[in-house]
Amino acid sequence: MEQARIGVFVCHCGVNIGAYVDVPQVVEYVKGLPNVVHAERNLFTCSEEGISAIKKAIPEYSLNRVIVASCTPRTHERLFRAACEEAGLNKYLFEFVNIRDQCSWVHMREPGKATEKAKELIKMGVAKARLLQPLEEIEIPVIPSCLVMGGGVVGISAALNLAEQGFEVHLVEKEGELGGTLLDIYKLFPTNEQASKLIGALIQKVKDHSKIKTHLSTKVKDASGFIGNFDATLDEDGKESKLKVGTIIVATGAEELKPLGQYGYGKFPNVITQLELEQRMKKEGFDGQNVVMINCVGARVPERTYCSRFCCMTAVKNATLIKESNPTSKVWLLHRDLMAYGVEFENYYRKSMEQGVRFIRYELEKLPRVIGNGKAEKVKVWHQLRGREVELSVDIVVLTTPLIPRADNEEISKMLKVPLSEQGFFLEAHLKLMPVEFATDGIYLCGSARWPTDIAEGVSQAYAAAAKAAIPMRRGYVKPEAITALVDEDKCSGCGTCEPVCPFKAIELQARDGKKVSHISEAVCKGCGTCGAACPAGAIIMNHFRDVEILAQIEALFSKSN
Amino acid sequence: MEEFEPKIIAFLCNWCSYAGADLAGTSRIQYAPNVRVIRVMCSGRVDPTFVIKALRAGADGVLIGGCHFGDCHYMEGNYKTARRVALLKKMLGQLGIEEERVWLEWISAAEGSHFAQVINDITAKVKELGPFARQNNS
Ligand code: SF4
Ligand code: SF4
Ligand code: FES
Repeated sequence: MEQARIGVFVCHCGVNIGAYVDVPQVVEYVKGLPNVVHAERNLFTCSEEGISAIKKAIPEYSLNRVIVASCTPRTHERLFRAACEEAGLNKYLFEFVNIRDQCSWVHMREPGKATEKAKELIKMGVAKARLLQPLEEIEIPVIPSCLVMGGGVVGISAALNLAEQGFEVHLVEKEGELGGTLLDIYKLFPTNEQASKLIGALIQKVKDHSKIKTHLSTKVKDASGFIGNFDATLDEDGKESKLKVGTIIVATGAEELKPLGQYGYGKFPNVITQLELEQRMKKEGFDGQNVVMINCVGARVPERTYCSRFCCMTAVKNATLIKESNPTSKVWLLHRDLMAYGVEFENYYRKSMEQGVRFIRYELEKLPRVIGNGKAEKVKVWHQLRGREVELSVDIVVLTTPLIPRADNEEISKMLKVPLSEQGFFLEAHLKLMPVEFATDGIYLCGSARWPTDIAEGVSQAYAAAAKAAIPMRRGYVKPEAITALVDEDKCSGCGTCEPVCPFKAIELQARDGKKVSHISEAVCKGCGTCGAACPAGAIIMNHFRDVEILAQIEALFSKSN
Repeated sequence: MEEFEPKIIAFLCNWCSYAGADLAGTSRIQYAPNVRVIRVMCSGRVDPTFVIKALRAGADGVLIGGCHFGDCHYMEGNYKTARRVALLKKMLGQLGIEEERVWLEWISAAEGSHFAQVINDITAKVKELGPFARQNNS
């Protein structure tokens, strides 16, 4: 094998690494490692500047291996591999070392030790890189069909977008009709358009579209496979059916928190949530005279720290609608902060004040109190400007609560093998760079399944997810990782240990020159490496994670020399 | 004397435990700096001989991190790991090596704090056991 010529790019990641790991010192150290012919540091290796530094260094120093020591391969490997490829280097000759997520960010109080750890991790990476081999990828066809989970406004938007691009779509909704949360909403901010008009038109479009097959009262019971070729089992009221799709979009939404036990909710019949108010306004209209709304109920509190974003506007909207329909009514809106971002929302908020909605700011330390007997009669709240408690009489109290993750998120996360955040929402691969993608190829997410969004945001995300899903479907094939296992037929004794071990049935014993040897199908193998760990003869080569490569990492850590 | 700072090698599967370690990072959870991670695609890749070689080369402890049962990206790699590690531990016991030096833990991509806890726990345990005395410690 040709002599390894390794180039190492150590990233500051702005202050994320640079403030805790002594990057210049690390670079000096790395320069002394065997086979390292070039080492440099970049403020952001993933920036255009950093990428062109890699592309420039490859020919300049005749690099045949590249290492980036920065964040995590889960989000950035693709980018750096692409840079190598563009400079003519096989992408499997790239090695990633994580010195941010698993070093600088978790040892912020021990910069000395973080620096040592970074050096050792890179040393291990260099040891592996020295042995890396180029690999070629095979092409696997992608079924031009998408499974969209969730038939609310977001799922519908994704489905329509893909269908209009000519792809087949299976739209799965667990309820008996399409529309999701919007079915319960009265009017939409900031246009005050009827929700039913908007969602009704979209549902009609879905119904009319020949490319969309809608599955109502249906759950996705099981899903397996990989990008291009997923097998899904649908359960429609106990009746099972099977589907093959190339991509999956998760648009399952979220649900409103029912704040049992807070502010008399569940005890007083006239304490309701915003969504319940909407349902009432939609069905029978609303003619309350004295209305108090309380925002941030169950949101931005220690047990649920996040802001649900759109609910301030929901409260402002409903308060304004009440004033509009009954100008003599008194409507108070008790809030902590008020999220009225952007051009429309700030105007909308201002208009509500002009219409006479009164805003009172409260603090977490001095929560409003709902007082009543059989029903809510008064709300007492500390008025910061007046410096005293004020008492408001009420006919109705409306609690503004956040969206919370759906109960079946956990089940779906297990089924699709995609992660949830600590709060229980679905977690994208990268907040900024891959906001609508999971780390698992071929599965995308959008809308409130990911984080509470309003309709405009949710629909934008739906289009983004659809655009992402369309890429492999339009191309027609994917090149899965060439990280597959291979049998060294000379070493193989034909014992057959490996055959039953493979979860994908990629291994088959075949006759070869009168003896039996194991054969692994490259197209079927997913590269888990389980067979490699099982083979007693050491005959299985797990590409890119070969025994020699892993052992070299181990030895590098403990060898005294560089 | 300086306090004993053990060196621990962690084999983490790409899909769950490595992602859990990343989440500990994005959540800025601080934990002991004694662990060096080797990424593998699945915990099923971890050949028991890697663990033995790590101990022989100088590691004071070894962690294998995989997905919870039912979550393995390759369906059942982690069942195989569980079986292998159980056998390995038995063997270590027979060789007179404390089996608490080798840990198998299931850590999901959402369990950043659990990951940090495991690292702190294994570090504390291995500190308590002391440096691993290698027979052929040349
Ligand atoms: S386990 Fe190894 S030796 Fe046995 S058949 Fe499979 S590859 Fe050949
Ligand atoms: S690496 Fe995994 S998927 Fe590939 S043949 Fe071996 S056991 Fe099967
Ligand atoms: S992928 Fe995590 S244990 Fe198999």
